[in-house]
Amino acid sequence: MTSAGRSASALPETVIRPVRGWRALGLGELWRQRDLVFLLAWRDVKVRYSQTALGVLWAILQPTLLMVVFAVFLGGPSGLPSGGLPYPLFVFAGLLPWTFFANSVSTAAGSVVASEKLVTKVYFPRLAIPFSAVAAAVVDFVLATGVLVALMLYYGIAPGWRLLAVPAALVPLALGALGFGVLLSALNVAYRDFRYVAGFLVQLWLFATPAVYMEQESTLEGGLPAAAATSEADGAKDSQEPGDAPSASPQREAVGRAPRLALLNPVNQCVAFFRAAVLDRPLPWTGLAWATAIVLPVFLGGCYYFRQVEDRFADTI
Amino acid sequence: MPAAIEVRGISKHYRITPAGSQPAYRTLREELAELPGRFRHDRRRTRTLVALDAVSFEVEAGDVLGVIGRNGAGKTTLLKVLSRITRPTVGEAVIRGRVGSLLEVGTGFHPELTGRENIFLNGSILGMTRREVREKLEAIVDFAEVGPFLETPVKRYSSGMYVRLAFGVAAHLEPEILLIDEVLAVGDLAFQRKCLGKISDVARSGRTVLFVSHNMTAVSGLCSRVLLLEGGRLASDGPTREVINQYLKSTARAAGERRWARAEAPGNERVRLLAVRVVSEAGEASDLIDVSAPFRIETEFEKLDGEGRLNVSLHIDSLDGVCVFNAISPLDELEPGTYQSAVHVPGKLMNDGVYRVRVLLVVDLVAQVDEHDAIVFDVHDTAREIPWYGRWLGAVRPDLPWSLERLPDTGVSTRHHPSLTLP
Repeated sequence: MTSAGRSASALPETVIRPVRGWRALGLGELWRQRDLVFLLAWRDVKVRYSQTALGVLWAILQPTLLMVVFAVFLGGPSGLPSGGLPYPLFVFAGLLPWTFFANSVSTAAGSVVASEKLVTKVYFPRLAIPFSAVAAAVVDFVLATGVLVALMLYYGIAPGWRLLAVPAALVPLALGALGFGVLLSALNVAYRDFRYVAGFLVQLWLFATPAVYMEQESTLEGGLPAAAATSEADGAKDSQEPGDAPSASPQREAVGRAPRLALLNPVNQCVAFFRAAVLDRPLPWTGLAWATAIVLPVFLGGCYYFRQVEDRFADTI
Repeated sequence: MPAAIEVRGISKHYRITPAGSQPAYRTLREELAELPGRFRHDRRRTRTLVALDAVSFEVEAGDVLGVIGRNGAGKTTLLKVLSRITRPTVGEAVIRGRVGSLLEVGTGFHPELTGRENIFLNGSILGMTRREVREKLEAIVDFAEVGPFLETPVKRYSSGMYVRLAFGVAAHLEPEILLIDEVLAVGDLAFQRKCLGKISDVARSGRTVLFVSHNMTAVSGLCSRVLLLEGGRLASDGPTREVINQYLKSTARAAGERRWARAEAPGNERVRLLAVRVVSEAGEASDLIDVSAPFRIETEFEKLDGEGRLNVSLHIDSLDGVCVFNAISPLDELEPGTYQSAVHVPGKLMNDGVYRVRVLLVVDLVAQVDEHDAIVFDVHDTAREIPWYGRWLGAVRPDLPWSLERLPDTGVSTRHHPSLTLP
C-alpha cells in the first residue's frame, strides 16, 4: 500500500464487504448528496400535483376541511376550550403542524417500497428516500401556512415577537417525523404489514394529540410528567394554572380530562408550542424540551435501524 | 499502481422459499407462524441460492473487461455487488475511483417530468451534484438530440428519444470506473452505434469499464479481456476470443433439451408432452444456434387414445413476448404410441436474440397441451462482416437476394447490364 502511486492514492477507495456489527449513521454522505434529497422531494411535489384538477390546492384543502369539521362539531360557545381564541383559528394553528407530521410519517413509511426501481438499480444513500418524503411534506406545510395567515387577518390577530420561536417547534417535529418515517419505511421493506400500521398509527395518533383541537392544561410546566400525573388527583390545577389561561370553565368538565398520557406525546408538545408561538401565547418551553428529549433518540434510533438493514433492501424489496 | 478493481473471494447467497415465486418480503403473520420452528433450528422451508461463488479477479485501471455467461450465471449480481446495490455474503472488493453504474438506462426517470428535469434528477441519482449536471447539460442535450423537447414531459417522448436522453446522462457521468449492464439491448441502430462509440471513447480515455452483455459481437469488439461466469463461479478469465469460444462450446453441450418425467408430463388422458429439443445443424441438442445455420425443433409426445386428428403448433416468441412465427404441423390420425415431430427452420431466417418456444398439442382443433416457455434458445451472431455490433432491427432477418445495377449515363440509350448479386 505504501508503494502506491500518488495519482492512484488520490482516488477515493471503496471497500465492499459483508456488514458486520454497527455502522455509522452516514449522515455525512447524505449531506454530500443533499441535491438528491432536494430533487427527489421536488419530483414528489411536482408529480403529486401535476395531474390533479385542483393541483396545489390539495395541500391547502386537507387541513382546511379538517378545520371546518372540527369547528362545526367541536367548536362554538359550548365546545372545546380554545384559550379564548376563535375556535377555527385555534384548531387550524394546531392542524397545520399536525398535518405536516402525519403526511410526513405516512408518505415516508411507504417511500422505500415505492422506490423499488431505484433501490434495485442504483446505489445512493438510501436515507435520501424517506428524507425526501418529509422534505416534500414541508412544501405542503408552507403552502397551507397561507390559510393560517388568512385566518389571522380575518380574526384580526397579529403575531408577536414569539413568532421567532416557530422553528423551535418545527425542528423537533421534523426530527420526530423523520425518525418514525425512516423506521417505518425500513420495516415496511421487510414486513409489508407496516403499510397498514403506518396509516392506522397516524389515525390513532391524532386522538393522542389533543393539543390539535383543544386547550390543555400544560401539566408539564414546572414538573416532570410522572410527578404531574400523580398530582392529578388532588387539585394540581391551583398550583399549575398558567397565568393567562382562562379560568376553569364548565366546558372543561363537560369534555372530560384530556388524557394525561398525551402529554408524553412529543407531537402534542410541538403542536402546542407551535400554536403558542404563532398566536403569541406564553411558550411552553418545558413541554418542548420534553418533546425534544424524546424525539432525538427516536430520530437517531430510526436512522440506525435503517442503516442496519438497508443493504438487504435490494434483495428483499 | 494498484488495480482499479480488486475482487477477493466474493460470494452472494440468497435465501429463497421453495415455491420460488414467492416474494422475498414477509408478513409478520408468517414470521410469527414460523417462530416455533426457529427455536428448533428448523430451516427446511428456505434454501440458499448461491448467485456468486468465491469469485476473484482484478481489473487494471484503463482496462475494458467483458463479463459473459448464461442467464442466472451471476453477471448482474456481480455488477450489483460492485456498484454497492447489494452486499456480498462473503468476501471483499476494493474499488479505487468514482464508480458510475448503469444497470438500466433511465433509472429514476419520471414520465411526468420534463426532459430537463429528468436530466437533473437522473444525474443526481447517479451521483452528480446539480452544479455538475448544469455544466454538462448542453453536452447531454446535444448527445441525446432532444433540444427542442427539453421542456416537454418525457411521457410524450418517443422511445428512441427517451433512451437517448437516458444514456446521454449516464454517458456524461465521467467516473473513473464505469459498470455497464446490457445497455445495448435498447434503441435503434444509429443510437446503438453512438452508445458503443461513447463506451469506446470512455475506454480510450483511460477509464476502467466493466461491460456485462449477452451481445458477443459487442463484447468482442470492445473488450480485450473477458470473464466467463458459470453458475456463479468464475469459469474462465482470459483473452476475448478464447473465452467466447469456450462459452459457445460449453453451452452447446448441456442445454437445448427439456424432458418431463411421465408423472409430471404436461397433458391429459389423450396426449402428453414428453420432451422438447432444439437441435443444431450438427445434430446435437443445443440452445445456442448460429444465426446463419439451419436448426430444428423436435417435440416428443405420447398419444394415449387412438381417436382424433393431431397436430403440433409451436409459437416462437421473442423475449419481450412478440410472436415471431407460429409453425403448425399437418393434421395426422395417430395410433396410440410415442411420436417425435420435428420442424426444420432454415438458417438466415431468425434474428439474433433469445427465443421462447410455446408448445401446443392440438387434437381436433382443441388444445390438449399448452406449455409456455417449454424451451428457450439463443440465436447468436459472432462472425459479422460489417463492423457494427448492434442488433439488427426486425423480428426476422431473412437472407434476401439483392441486386444492383449501374444505370446508363444520361443521354445514352438503355442497355442491359448484368446484375450484381450481393451475398
